[in-house]
Amino acid sequence: MNPLRLLLVDDEAPARERLREVLGDVAAAVPHVVVGEAANGPAALAFLQERRVDLVLVDIHMPQMSGIEFARHVLRMPDPPGIIFVTAYDQHAVHAFEVNALDYLLKPVRAARLQVALQKARMATAEQLQNAAAAAGEARRFLSVSERGRILLVPLADVLYLKAELKYVTVRTREREYVIEESLTRLEQEFAELFVRIHRSCLVARRYLRGCERVVDASGEEAGWAVLLDGCEERLPVSRRQWPAVKALLAAGTA
Amino acid sequence: MPTRSAATPDVLPDLRNLGVLARILIAVNGAAFFAATVHAHSFAELVEQFLGIALAVEPALLAALVALWLLNPVLQRLPYWRGLALIAVTVVLVTLGVQRLLAMVDASAPEMLRGAAYALLATGLLAGYFHLRERAFSPALSEARLQALQARIRPHFLFNTINAVLSLIRKDARRAEAALEDLAELYRQVMADNKKLVTLEHELALTRQYLNLEQLRLGSRLRVDWRTEKAPMDALVPPLLLQPLVENAVYHGIEPGIEPGTIEIAIARLRDRVQFRLRNPYHVDHQHRQGNRIALANIRERLALHFDVEATLKTEVRGEVYEIRIDLPYKKAEELSQPLSFGPITLGPQR
Repeated sequence: MNPLRLLLVDDEAPARERLREVLGDVAAAVPHVVVGEAANGPAALAFLQERRVDLVLVDIHMPQMSGIEFARHVLRMPDPPGIIFVTAYDQHAVHAFEVNALDYLLKPVRAARLQVALQKARMATAEQLQNAAAAAGEARRFLSVSERGRILLVPLADVLYLKAELKYVTVRTREREYVIEESLTRLEQEFAELFVRIHRSCLVARRYLRGCERVVDASGEEAGWAVLLDGCEERLPVSRRQWPAVKALLAAGTA
Repeated sequence: MPTRSAATPDVLPDLRNLGVLARILIAVNGAAFFAATVHAHSFAELVEQFLGIALAVEPALLAALVALWLLNPVLQRLPYWRGLALIAVTVVLVTLGVQRLLAMVDASAPEMLRGAAYALLATGLLAGYFHLRERAFSPALSEARLQALQARIRPHFLFNTINAVLSLIRKDARRAEAALEDLAELYRQVMADNKKLVTLEHELALTRQYLNLEQLRLGSRLRVDWRTEKAPMDALVPPLLLQPLVENAVYHGIEPGIEPGTIEIAIARLRDRVQFRLRNPYHVDHQHRQGNRIALANIRERLALHFDVEATLKTEVRGEVYEIRIDLPYKKAEELSQPLSFGPITLGPQR
């Protein structure tokens, strides 16, 4: 049997070192090779695009991107590696794991426990992860976009609006557009604090909401309202149904 | 184990503290005004009455405050009840003296014994007030200990630190030893009875031990810029003044960042003031969390208890930097006669 190829992800160098030591202790029982280490989620995702890995051991409490968010991006990759979470004690995360029966290790990690986890080395399902993230009250900070076989991370803080097209969602930032395959309804639920729905097919970022103006159609008839966003030329139409909510938001924001 | 909070000794107010003096002046003049309203039937009469009473009260009041200001170092060294007795005797003697002087100038001055009785009554009421005030603030002290304890038992810190120490044991046993010693010392301090003021030197040592442990975990991500060359090491400060703030600086300023961040700790003496400035990188969605606000509120309360209005704590966001400034009066350690429970001045049994 080929040895398991492992990637270790933790923002604290001593924690990675300790994990290597304990892995060394169980090497005879579970043959493996540590092919890489990363100090944060984005770096680890970049690594996964270059190298083939069977199993990722990932810390949860990390800057910029939590281990749970990292795992959610990993599971969107084709043929993703397995994931084992390692955490010092993250109350919410631990609770989320228990609820969703995901496997996780507690730091300091014991050799015997690590050995069992490696032998199982089972992969969390995407659905389990979604539920765990929801139970931990955690929203992603990035959207992952597959483009020509690569994964790009788009920070949600940069997104101006999300627009549902036929089978996918367009993500617009100041610089360019991306396309993702997610449902707008799900995105709206996950990022309710960041985005507001202005139309059946459009969510705009609250922080970039600038103002609104009346729209007049070709025949000179009044055709409702459109919102203006910071750093965006486009006028996005507001549906009659969403208008009261958008108006209230604008009034509160400018007051 | 230290005894519980019931054993808090009563402390006389610091009669050189501006806040304390202001409270006394306001209370006595308020009483004079109240007395005037009782006697007066019209506004003009009220003004007249008040001026009359003030004229009689003010010279004795000011003279008594000057006398107490001079006596303050002695008073702070006495046990509570003896100190109070000395204050009462001083106030009565000063009042009698002032009245005698006034009587030489103005024969219509009020009789002496009544004035002395009023002075004694005012002293008693004020002593009662300051006593209650002290009591009201005391829970902040035991709370500080409890909160610090909870923060230190913040599982995130404890387990990660233990994990980091484990990573050292095989390859650098000496550093592992030093780290465990720091950890033990940190816990000892937090569990100690943190009621009396400690020297700045002591608080800085504690903060350094804490930062050593964080450095172990965070390595080059954590940079500390110490600007304490001009810090008055003998200044008295409330225990756990700096360490919890530095802990928040690490938690909210360094850990959320991928790039290395710097915590700047600047302490200097400016004439009779000690000024602290603590800076850390600012992460919008992190700094305003509850933990930070609770720690700040508690430190504000303890500063008010120890220094009344003479100490201030201000926070500010300057671009990408979060800044805390503390300004408190410079009190030298020797002025306190009671031995400190720990610290470099006296070696307590704990060490």
